[in-house]
Amino acid sequence: MSTRESARSPEELQTQRRWRHAAHVITRDPLALFSVLVITGFLVLAIAGPWIAPYPEQGFGKTNVATRMLPPSREHPLGTDRLGRDILSRIIIGARPALSTSLIVVGLAVAIGSLLGAVAGYVGGWVDDLIMRITDLFLAFPSLLLAMAIVAAIGPGLTNAMLAIAISWWPWYTRLVRGIALSLRERHFVEAARAVGVPSLGIIFRHILPNCLSPILVQATIDIGTVILASGGLAFIGLGAQPPAPDWGLMVSEGRAFLLTQWWYSTFPGLAIFVTVLAFNLLGDTLRDIFDPRQYR
Amino acid sequence: MGEPLLRVENLCVEFRTRRGIVRAVDGVSFEIQHRESFGLVGETGCGKTVTGLSILRLISRPGRIAGGHIWLEGEDLGSKSEEEMQSIRGGRIAMIFQDPASSLNPVFTVGSQIVRVIRRHQPVSRAEAQARALEVLEAVGLPDAPRVLGCYPHELSGGMQQRVMIAMALSCRPSLLIADEPTTALDVTIEAQILALLRDLQQRYGIALLLITHDLGIIAETCSRLAVLYAGRVAEIGPTEAIFSAPRHPYTQGLMAAIPRPGSRGRRLAAIPGTVPANPGSIPGCAFASRCGQPRERCWSDRPSLTEVAPGHLVACYVATTEGRP
Amino acid sequence: MRKAAFVLRRLGMSLFVLLGLSLITFTLARVIPSDPAAAYIGPHPRPEQVEMVRERLGLNRPLPVQYLIYMRDLLRGDWGESISTKRPVLREIGDRVCASLELLAVGMSLAVLIGVPLGVFSARFQGSPFDVVVRTLSIAGVSMPAFWLGLVLQLVFFRWLHLLPLTGRFATELRFTHPIRPLTGFFLLDTAITGNWVAFKDVAWHIVLPAFTLAAYPIGLIARMTRGTMLEVLAQDYIRTARAYGISERFVVYGYALKNAIGPTLTVIGLTLAYALTGTFFIEIVFNWPGLGLFTVHSLLSVDYPAVMGITLFAAAGYVGINLAVDLLQAWIDPRISLR
Repeated sequence: MSTRESARSPEELQTQRRWRHAAHVITRDPLALFSVLVITGFLVLAIAGPWIAPYPEQGFGKTNVATRMLPPSREHPLGTDRLGRDILSRIIIGARPALSTSLIVVGLAVAIGSLLGAVAGYVGGWVDDLIMRITDLFLAFPSLLLAMAIVAAIGPGLTNAMLAIAISWWPWYTRLVRGIALSLRERHFVEAARAVGVPSLGIIFRHILPNCLSPILVQATIDIGTVILASGGLAFIGLGAQPPAPDWGLMVSEGRAFLLTQWWYSTFPGLAIFVTVLAFNLLGDTLRDIFDPRQYR
Repeated sequence: MGEPLLRVENLCVEFRTRRGIVRAVDGVSFEIQHRESFGLVGETGCGKTVTGLSILRLISRPGRIAGGHIWLEGEDLGSKSEEEMQSIRGGRIAMIFQDPASSLNPVFTVGSQIVRVIRRHQPVSRAEAQARALEVLEAVGLPDAPRVLGCYPHELSGGMQQRVMIAMALSCRPSLLIADEPTTALDVTIEAQILALLRDLQQRYGIALLLITHDLGIIAETCSRLAVLYAGRVAEIGPTEAIFSAPRHPYTQGLMAAIPRPGSRGRRLAAIPGTVPANPGSIPGCAFASRCGQPRERCWSDRPSLTEVAPGHLVACYVATTEGRP
Repeated sequence: MRKAAFVLRRLGMSLFVLLGLSLITFTLARVIPSDPAAAYIGPHPRPEQVEMVRERLGLNRPLPVQYLIYMRDLLRGDWGESISTKRPVLREIGDRVCASLELLAVGMSLAVLIGVPLGVFSARFQGSPFDVVVRTLSIAGVSMPAFWLGLVLQLVFFRWLHLLPLTGRFATELRFTHPIRPLTGFFLLDTAITGNWVAFKDVAWHIVLPAFTLAAYPIGLIARMTRGTMLEVLAQDYIRTARAYGISERFVVYGYALKNAIGPTLTVIGLTLAYALTGTFFIEIVFNWPGLGLFTVHSLLSVDYPAVMGITLFAAAGYVGINLAVDLLQAWIDPRISLR
């Protein structure tokens, strides 16, 4: 209500208020703070891992017979594995593939899913029916089961596993975006754009998709965690990343045979998955809190 | 006049929001006599619904009753325990709401909801409660009451749903019925029926009525006295006739001018310029000053208190009370 | 009347989905592999074998015809033969499904019995320390890799505390001392029916860790969603009405609100079953549980095509069935649903 504020446009005010609100939420909620810190750490490791890891070449797979199966110590804080590699270094080096895998998968799923959803919701009619029937069909499968069947058909490996997960993932975004598109279609700015003759594709890209951005972002954040979990699972079974890749799920799987004697082997890579996924889930929740228009009054 | 049925004195209700504390009700006082029908009128957000809920002490977080007293037949409701309040709610004071469709629980039959209310307040058997439920459903003019008893709310029309709500309100013979915009969600023809029903039941059972609405026309038809609420404060209070024939507060005058009347065809309806201030509690002077046509100097700094201008007719306005004086 | 129409429509939808499922598995089994016959037989096929399979599956004919043959075989109960065990896939599934179902049933019961009350209480006491703890735990539950949780639990409860057995459905020596007579295939039931309490106790001890590992994710999800649903319901007008009529807070929450929240909660439970279904795969590996999951993973790794596709179809059909059951149950509880 002060003159200083009223000099700005409503959009600017909105953005400014949103940032202030975001800062407020994150600093006040310890869980949100935790998630931001963990994810920042995860990103730093993914980018600068080779310079941070104590034994980067072991992280990438170089073996060392002299240091096999050592328990956690000063030299190897998280112990070493059966080929003498430093587990901490393996985990640090593994951050990059974990991040890139999940970014690619979620990116693919978002691209396919939200475009189909926007088309279905905006165009409607038989197009909507067709797209949604297919979507329902995919949703009728437990997605990881579908991913496994696809991997079985096209063969194991990290790339195929990624592709399989992406294929089983997009329908969630279709459903999400379609719901929003349906409600936007009746709104004034979309009607106005249609009335002045903006082509459908233009409306979808300029008006529908931008308005779906925040729910997509929330879902994508949570899904990055879920994909790390899923690809870890596939690797654990033996369908995902193959040795000697520094994949967290694969490391848990390798350590399983030594669970009762070398407890650190499986425990720490699994812990890395858990903490990272937890952080992404918490961040997704925090983002939802920040974006939720009901919080604004 | 003896002890009034309900006495609200200096009621304040606050809500905590992100922007700080907002006073939705800011020192509201009024009385309702036994068997009287009293109207509370004002525009959306003026605090009328909150006032109604405060009487039942149903303000929940982030809101709270920040001050004032409410007496029911001389008993201070503020000093009651939660259990005592529960037996007053529905037992001595009943309330009906704006949207009957959402006010009834969708997964229970109408009958079971009324029966539960009856058995909550009266020591009767299930069969007796059932019979009583049937009786009140008939009393509110529902044809085929036995069938309605077994219906789910969504199987009834809006008007029937509101009749069911009224039946539920009547079921325990309360002495006060709070009706919060009871016809706003209904068609105009149904509205007239529901209002007629309320008047009729009020006469027949001798219940006092607190009618909350934004529609002065409904008040004129139904209530003998009324209070005009603006921004959480009482602007004017008095007998309906007196206020309608000679509204003193500029806000009331504005509201009157906005009512379409026969004979006013072709003339523009007046609108009051401006909007209600967002947090009127923070304003030192009169909350209406910024929209008033002729604010005085002191309207900006001092808060006008209710002053009697005619027997039983009080106005909180410096302009109205100093009119004609130097 | 409306209800009957709803049930029919819902059945039709399920049938449609099942058809689509068969189309997907058909595509995965016959269209994507470069040599479906070789994939069907397994590694190192003999030429005459390949020819025979080609003939039998109609691989030389156009795809629509192949699909019809595929469907015909499915409906006849001919789901192919497992490459690694040389037995019909459907029989392999039948032999193992009970072990998986028992694990699933115990795990999901745990999840519902723990998750729903947690969600309801944390909604009722929103903002309290209890609520904060439940919210944190439920997010932790959905972030936990099941295979890792299983390993950690084994480490703690077997290796360090010596409390619970490591793997399997029962102790090996039980075979000789107190053999389990299989009646239903659910060992907890079988041992209880026959009064074989020694075996019952052993079987129960063996299922604790896998069931709890399986339940972790569903507990988190169910608690979270139940909390959300309850909060939404508690904000409804009819809850305010109930309070305005002096209905006790207990009945408002556990009667009026809970009944409205059951529908969405059931949907969530159905949804979590999907996760639990795939969750059993990992858990069966970790705990060496002789169910479908273990068989699936072995088939996946040995590229046992017919087995993988058979299991996929079977599990997906089971999932469709669960969803159908949830929807019908919901229609029965919520009188409004048939109008949608």
